[in-house]
Amino acid sequence: MEPIDLDLEESELELPAEPMHLNMGPSHPAMHGTVRIVLELSGETIVKSDVQIGYLHRGFEKMCERGTWAQVFPYADRLNYVSPMLNNVGYALAVEKLCGIEVPDRCQWYRMALGELARMSDHLTCTGAMAMELGAFTPFLWYIKAREMVWDILEEETGARLTHSFGRIGGMAKPPTPAFKQMCREALPTILGLVEEGEGMLLKNRIFLDRLEGVGNISGEDAIALSWTGPCLRASGVPYDVRKAHPYLKYDEVEFDMPLGKNGDNLDRFLIRLQELRQSARIIQQVCDRMPDEGPVNVDDPRVVLPEKSEVYTTIEGTIQHFKLIMEGAKVPAGEVYSYTEGGNGELGFYLVSDGTGTPWRVRIRPPCFAITGGLSKLINGAMLSDIVPTFGSLNMIGGECDH
Amino acid sequence: MSQRVLEVLKEKFGSAIVETHSFLGDDTAVVDPKSWKAVCAFLKSDPQMAFDMMVDLCGVDYAGFASGPGGATREARFEVVLHLYSTSRRHRVRVKARVGDDEGDDAQLDSVTDVWPGVNWFEREAYDLLGITFLGHPDLRRILMYPEFTGHPLRKDYPANKTQPLVEYRTEAEAGLTLEKQAPFREDEGMPFGRRVWGVERGES
Amino acid sequence: MGELKSVSLEPSESGFATTRLDALLNWARKWSLFKYPFVTACCGMEFMALTSPRFDGSARFGAEAPRFSPRQSDLLWVVGTISQRQAPVLRRIYEQMMEPKWVLAFGTCASCGGFYDNYTTVPGIDKIIPCDVYVPGCPPRPEAVIDGLMLLQDKIQRGDRKPGIVKPHEDPALVQLRRKENV
Repeated sequence: MEPIDLDLEESELELPAEPMHLNMGPSHPAMHGTVRIVLELSGETIVKSDVQIGYLHRGFEKMCERGTWAQVFPYADRLNYVSPMLNNVGYALAVEKLCGIEVPDRCQWYRMALGELARMSDHLTCTGAMAMELGAFTPFLWYIKAREMVWDILEEETGARLTHSFGRIGGMAKPPTPAFKQMCREALPTILGLVEEGEGMLLKNRIFLDRLEGVGNISGEDAIALSWTGPCLRASGVPYDVRKAHPYLKYDEVEFDMPLGKNGDNLDRFLIRLQELRQSARIIQQVCDRMPDEGPVNVDDPRVVLPEKSEVYTTIEGTIQHFKLIMEGAKVPAGEVYSYTEGGNGELGFYLVSDGTGTPWRVRIRPPCFAITGGLSKLINGAMLSDIVPTFGSLNMIGGECDH
Repeated sequence: MSQRVLEVLKEKFGSAIVETHSFLGDDTAVVDPKSWKAVCAFLKSDPQMAFDMMVDLCGVDYAGFASGPGGATREARFEVVLHLYSTSRRHRVRVKARVGDDEGDDAQLDSVTDVWPGVNWFEREAYDLLGITFLGHPDLRRILMYPEFTGHPLRKDYPANKTQPLVEYRTEAEAGLTLEKQAPFREDEGMPFGRRVWGVERGES
Repeated sequence: MGELKSVSLEPSESGFATTRLDALLNWARKWSLFKYPFVTACCGMEFMALTSPRFDGSARFGAEAPRFSPRQSDLLWVVGTISQRQAPVLRRIYEQMMEPKWVLAFGTCASCGGFYDNYTTVPGIDKIIPCDVYVPGCPPRPEAVIDGLMLLQDKIQRGDRKPGIVKPHEDPALVQLRRKENV
């Protein structure tokens, strides 16, 4: 059958098209409440996009310049609030580097184990939320269930479910509880089982795959040029992981693989996170085997570490030491340092400037999300409107970290 | 390994490298702001250097800074600090430039967005929080603060709790309860000795 | 179930129940809250935990279904820090909601600004919009939020439209126990 509009000219068939402007966020369910994207659309295709952040700017860097060095820990917790322990450890390592302190072996193992637990919580939340935003609610519930198990261990260890404030300069607030290894050994198989179930549910789902595969591609070179780090960079096939490239703590003594993607699309970023979950579990298992049960957790340095409570109450030296550390803060030598660790989303750097007093002169955080969100425009330009949600979800933008 | 970077830089740029040091293993080169872009382009393109990843760019306000390296004779107020990493050679370097006078007015530096596209947002952030202008930046707007905000919050002379609300706060009569926040401490309580007080100018907010 | 509890009907009995219309309306309202989660920050993680199966903190109270349109919702959860930049957005969303509407401040930052006493944080959402229940904690544990939600239900049942501080929730069973101990 012939088309009925055969007699019309080609140009007459075209509808008048002028770009449509669309505002997405900040209070959009998939925008995590903190990002606004102003889009210029031609039909459903994104012509231009402007990603605006800053809706969760809380003045982290300014607040750090008001207290003592130790008072930064609670603020550091709330940067990447999905994996607070990694921030704690990262900041503690930065200050220790400036002070020239190395923490005891037991503490290093302990920090690694807690950090990897936090990484698991981060990846579980990210992958779960990503599935939820695409409409798959069940895996989200399963992953949150697995995350609760991680949090149970962290709560038992630190006393808080989410914001632990557990790191200290020169050690940790408390030594590991006697049941720590047992708890990890018991919980890990269940968590991995849940991960596998969720994965099985998602990766056989045509809708889920279609929305991820081949969407939001980025090449390795582009990702490096955009300063991407972490799982997003490794999904593009660049083998850069701070834990491997510049091992800190005891990461050079444990065995783990660095999963790499090929295409750098959303599916790769999703799969890399799931693979890293398993690697984290592997690291925790090795820590459980190798962490000594006895020994100090804090360095024996009265200039930075608080004395035992029993000493504070009974001896004059303890009282004075406690008073000085709390009121004046630990004196950190003058100088500047850049210390970097592998956070949940990539290289988490702290650039500290000290003038030799008990108050930081400048605490600069290098948030991995900031660089990654900076590249979002590049990913979504030219894509369809509905591709924004999976692409944005796979980047795992964390507001507190991105906006400081 | 990366000590070599500093040597090469000194050899190539001579007097444009104001100062170098390797404190705690972080190799640092302070660059004359005029050669900022040339040094950056060299670090990126030279096969010996190959700094393909811009890790971090930030500004530091040194107004009133007393001690530390080069403290007393500081002629510029701000330092722009750039951290670079090479994924192929696995070395790092820190490059700094000192800009701005005491008032913080003349803080200008060439933008390096052509060299590393990822630096775009970092430069915007330094502009937003510290007021350092990057010449040649394609899109120099505020990024974390809103456009209506005046001043640069991370400068040392900006009081930490001076707010500039976009929405007018409700009055007590409207709310039916006292809105004034009850401070747990008086001004002089709970403050560690020797802590700087510039952050707590309550009268101004 | 509030004031309806006194009315009991045997299945075999036929008859009618009487109650005040506003009490019935309030009863219906308090068990069918449609929430608008205005999630910005750290508390969002606890909010996820709250809605997940372990705590099931909203479905048990008839507040499960989230509505991401202010027009369809009557309970605004403000979850997380509200920055000055975010304030106009929150204000507009509140104004778009239909009466009757309630606001729950989830966490210290939403309640009073928390330890972000600085140039960018709104010191409590009650500076911008009226707020009914404040849940403290940084972030609050899900149990605390459930308590806050129950306080809000009490408030709705009472027909109390006054914003402000609500007295701590008293468990009737505990009150009775205490009375017995005193006797």
